[in-house]
Amino acid sequence: MVAISPDSAPTVQGWDRGAQARRVTLLLVVALGGMSVFSLTVGAAGTSPWAVLADMIAGREVSLADRVVLFEIRLPRLVLGALVGAALAVSGAVMQGLFRNPLADPGLVGVSAGAGLGAIAAIVLGGLLPAGLAAALGYYAVPVAAFLGGWAATLVLYGIATRRGRTSVATMLLGGIALGALAGALSGILVYMADDAQLRDLTFWGLGSLAGATWAKLAAAVPLMVLALVAAPMLARGLNGLALGEAAAFHIGIPVQRLKAVAILTVAGATGAAVAVSGGIGFVGIVVPHLLRLATGPDHRYLLVNSALLGAALLILADVISRIVIAPAELPIGIVTAVLGGPFFLWILLRKRGVLDL
Amino acid sequence: MLEARGITVRLGRRAVLCGVDFEALAGHLTAIVGPNGSGKTTLLRALTGDLSHGGRVRLNGQDIADLRPWALAGLRGVLPQATPLAFPFTAAEVVRLGLTGGVEAGAAGLVPQALARVGLAGFEGRYYQELSGGEQQRVQLARVLAQVWEPVAHGAPRWLFLDEPVSSLDIGHQLQVMEIARDFADRGGGVVAVMHDLNLTAMFADRVALISEGRVLGLGLPGAVLRDDLLSAAYRCPIRVNTPPARGTYLLPHAAGRVAAE
Repeated sequence: MVAISPDSAPTVQGWDRGAQARRVTLLLVVALGGMSVFSLTVGAAGTSPWAVLADMIAGREVSLADRVVLFEIRLPRLVLGALVGAALAVSGAVMQGLFRNPLADPGLVGVSAGAGLGAIAAIVLGGLLPAGLAAALGYYAVPVAAFLGGWAATLVLYGIATRRGRTSVATMLLGGIALGALAGALSGILVYMADDAQLRDLTFWGLGSLAGATWAKLAAAVPLMVLALVAAPMLARGLNGLALGEAAAFHIGIPVQRLKAVAILTVAGATGAAVAVSGGIGFVGIVVPHLLRLATGPDHRYLLVNSALLGAALLILADVISRIVIAPAELPIGIVTAVLGGPFFLWILLRKRGVLDL
Repeated sequence: MLEARGITVRLGRRAVLCGVDFEALAGHLTAIVGPNGSGKTTLLRALTGDLSHGGRVRLNGQDIADLRPWALAGLRGVLPQATPLAFPFTAAEVVRLGLTGGVEAGAAGLVPQALARVGLAGFEGRYYQELSGGEQQRVQLARVLAQVWEPVAHGAPRWLFLDEPVSSLDIGHQLQVMEIARDFADRGGGVVAVMHDLNLTAMFADRVALISEGRVLGLGLPGAVLRDDLLSAAYRCPIRVNTPPARGTYLLPHAAGRVAAE
């Protein structure tokens, strides 16, 4: 599949929203950079990245405490936040394109719950794996299991909600709720089976926080996220075509079955990895693409890239807020995104009330 | 040339098409007519490669089952009966979707031309969802035209498949769309159109296929197929064919004709 890069996009003055979308891309890059720097300066320890930077440039000794705070705590947390935000926003945008519906979101329709089930299963049942396999998987066991759980959930959901190329919104939402409930119940059974050490792992995992980000934890989840983030822009042309329905997408030359398979894998990879490292963080996947569609239109060639950037910037912002609102304690970031995203989601629903016709 | 042999399609247990043979020539407008539920649209969907079916379809000598979607998209455009659109695309963005595959891929200059061709010049920035049903249908036609803009590419004809292209249009736009299809065929392309309106079919088609209950009752020149006996049998009502009107003038039959027939 050949991706059309934004640079080669045809431009005819007047109706082309591409130029506007590219300006937004630039703006988002700047915002993401600014947000990242801001995030590095905020924290319980009084470490200033500027002072550390100045010391390093001047060749002065940087204190061990400052080095640890900056490079072992704040930086991995920043990178994790950016990647999780990008992964969640992109998986939302891809899923909405796949289902041709702005309400499809991994968190809403059970994909995150499926990924969560996978992660919990890996923690609780990991001991049952043959020792060789368990050793080979190592840190990757939880992300890989979360990916498989998310993939299975997406596949089942698509099978339930789509008949003859048409997706029923009501079936998708109701089926997703049922899937989510089922995955939640199975997760509950697994938690019930868990021993004390596993419960401790589960509790830390389930906090839904970027706290405790380490380079090792990052390394386990990054490959899946990066794969998904790289694959997503290649889906842009196909998802645009899919807006016309599956038949018309095929007519304009889109290999529809392959597109759907790759899109489902992308959603599962991004969501699975994000859930594996940060628990469930809601609303990023629905709010970010929707905002961008309002601003620059639904063209996925821009939407996917901009979603990644805005998702990353927003999650870093939410993380900063979660760290300073009740400092020195931390608010779980899931609460911040829900407080920001919940009302926004309600607003979408109210605006669409007549259109959705549930 | 488009050549279909032994097309059989089952939906569930019901055979919608039973061993249908069909052919259409480049440079011709071939109409498929028949009563509701006779299998017209199903035949068109088999010809465009949408449906899995028994039998073979060859387009310009190539079995369409062997062609990749993008190669097929460079060879033929398809206008479905209705195209629901997700997300708020503008008319121009919808037309540009037709340029994602095929020979003209990337030729953005075609977008305004294609819209102008269907009488929607200046509609580029309008939101598709806010257009009337007839305007939406014409935007979709512009998209399909943009996809196969030149009726002949690399010496081979390209094809337009139209499923009831005039169903939601007023009489003036019906004629406009049929003229566009006619022009595409006159410039060397092939057009296959499912039609409900027998008068328009008689005015514009070079060849007509009459389908009833999944079988072809007749395939040939309009005069040979649009006959009282065949039409009456296919549509299960008395039909009398008058002398076809001269091209360019649209004649409406009136109720007296029906009474006289009875």
